[in-house]
Amino acid sequence: MAVKKSYEEINEKIKRGEAVVVTAEEVIEIAAEKGYAKAAKEIDVVTTGTFGAMCSSGAFINFGHSNPRIKMKKVWLNGVEAYSGIAAVDAYIGAAQLPDNDPENKVFPGRFSYGGGHVIHDLVARKEIRLEAVGYGTDCYPNQKVDTIITLDDVNDAFLFNPRNAYQNYNCAINLGDKVLYTYMGILKPKVGNASYSSAGQLSPLMNDPYYRTIGVGTRIFLGGGIGYVAWNGTQHHPNVSRGENGVPQTGAGTLSLIGDLKQMDPNWLVGLSFIGYGATMAVGIGIPIPILDEEMLRYTAVKDEDIFCPLVDYNEGYPYSKPMDLGLVNYKDLKSGKILFNGKEVVTTSQSSYPRARRIAEILKEWIQRGQFELTRPVANIPSADDDIIFKSIPERKPGVTYFNGGNRRD
Amino acid sequence: MKNKLVCYFSAAQSEQPIIYRLVKNYDLIVNILKADINPQKEGYLVLELEGDKNSYTEGVAFIKSLGVVVEPLSETIVWQSEVCIQCGACASFCPTEALNIERNSMEISFIDSKCVICGMCLDCCPTRAIQLHFEIKGAV
Repeated sequence: MAVKKSYEEINEKIKRGEAVVVTAEEVIEIAAEKGYAKAAKEIDVVTTGTFGAMCSSGAFINFGHSNPRIKMKKVWLNGVEAYSGIAAVDAYIGAAQLPDNDPENKVFPGRFSYGGGHVIHDLVARKEIRLEAVGYGTDCYPNQKVDTIITLDDVNDAFLFNPRNAYQNYNCAINLGDKVLYTYMGILKPKVGNASYSSAGQLSPLMNDPYYRTIGVGTRIFLGGGIGYVAWNGTQHHPNVSRGENGVPQTGAGTLSLIGDLKQMDPNWLVGLSFIGYGATMAVGIGIPIPILDEEMLRYTAVKDEDIFCPLVDYNEGYPYSKPMDLGLVNYKDLKSGKILFNGKEVVTTSQSSYPRARRIAEILKEWIQRGQFELTRPVANIPSADDDIIFKSIPERKPGVTYFNGGNRRD
Repeated sequence: MKNKLVCYFSAAQSEQPIIYRLVKNYDLIVNILKADINPQKEGYLVLELEGDKNSYTEGVAFIKSLGVVVEPLSETIVWQSEVCIQCGACASFCPTEALNIERNSMEISFIDSKCVICGMCLDCCPTRAIQLHFEIKGAV
């Protein structure tokens, strides 16, 4: 009889310390050895992991009030501006934000040594941070300036809220042009001098649950070294793309929006990054447990690098100018070997996502579950999947008339 | 010709307008890469000197004539394993495989003796875990 397990049954086993938990790497061998049906019966949870640059990340912070009180119009943390167009002393620091005086790409390629991701790392590392804020002064908020030093322990609330993380697959970037390119996929050598990829492949969360059967709104996860939750689908979530027979998308597809308390996270798993010529960002550590509810889930989690394909994309013209080019697919086994073949030529590969760290996250999450510290959650709502009618859009080109001056819809 | 030099000087020598003379009298392009002077006015200068061969040779002879100790710069690449996140972005840029990925563990390691200090890795490391250090002796 086919195996069926409920979340409740799996959690009971976790509580008793009897759950069988393996990583998304380990499950491959077990499935090959015992077959899917037997493996599905024995294994309760498969843990995944990923650790790479995720620009669409940031943190909401409530600083508490100064005396007299201030309604912050602009706020900076170590010189990096946080968005403060929300309540008086709330702000959002984005991972890709740069200091106001950053030289950017004025001398190309720029260095981008410090940005919002570095601020978040320094906050979590309990370093002292300079907080500057200005306001225009109101009857209820008379203060117009704050300039002080804070640490993460001084603020009321700080929670990571990342609009788009854990991309389900991604492009493999190459450069068909004849000059060096400095991109968010790293340095791309001319004339296809290297091929840069950024996914943990077989360990990556959404590769192991390709149709989001168990990963949905409310799923409890490993986030930045602490505990977080899936808040929603991520921005640019685009599940209806071409998929392999195993259900795994053959290009960037699903994404997740994640949330979690920054105060219980660890600086080793939220690291500020500087991409020369491109900008600053942050590496985010994410691990998601997948309950083996039935044989289908076991099959999904047993996916191997050689069966996961991603498209080769030209970052000279193809990507920046959205020129459709079919340059073929490449699998993660070949990418991780260090060399791929492109038009009969051997091309070295450049990894942007840390596989050793992804592996470590899957192991840590496994230990948490084995120790009974971490129980699984059934999604409170599903995120859109391949059969939902989601269309990937671009900015429309329209000519704003005079009525649209200043955004239109005047209130005089 | 173009070279990087370390100039070690004492308090008396630091009073001299050495850079001015190198530019004015020897028509050399001077780029100060690093400088350090202690409160006793002793210290060192790391210079990149560029000019035609004769001016370069005469310029260096001039600095030495002031009693400044001039040595070619030795640089080392330092890989800070505790800062490295093991993304692997550097390995494909290293021409000598001093930075190398072990393909089973996918972990990066750095073998100092293989490094030719080309500096290719410095730009592609997103955590800036790889740094170029000038080798400077203690005060002269």
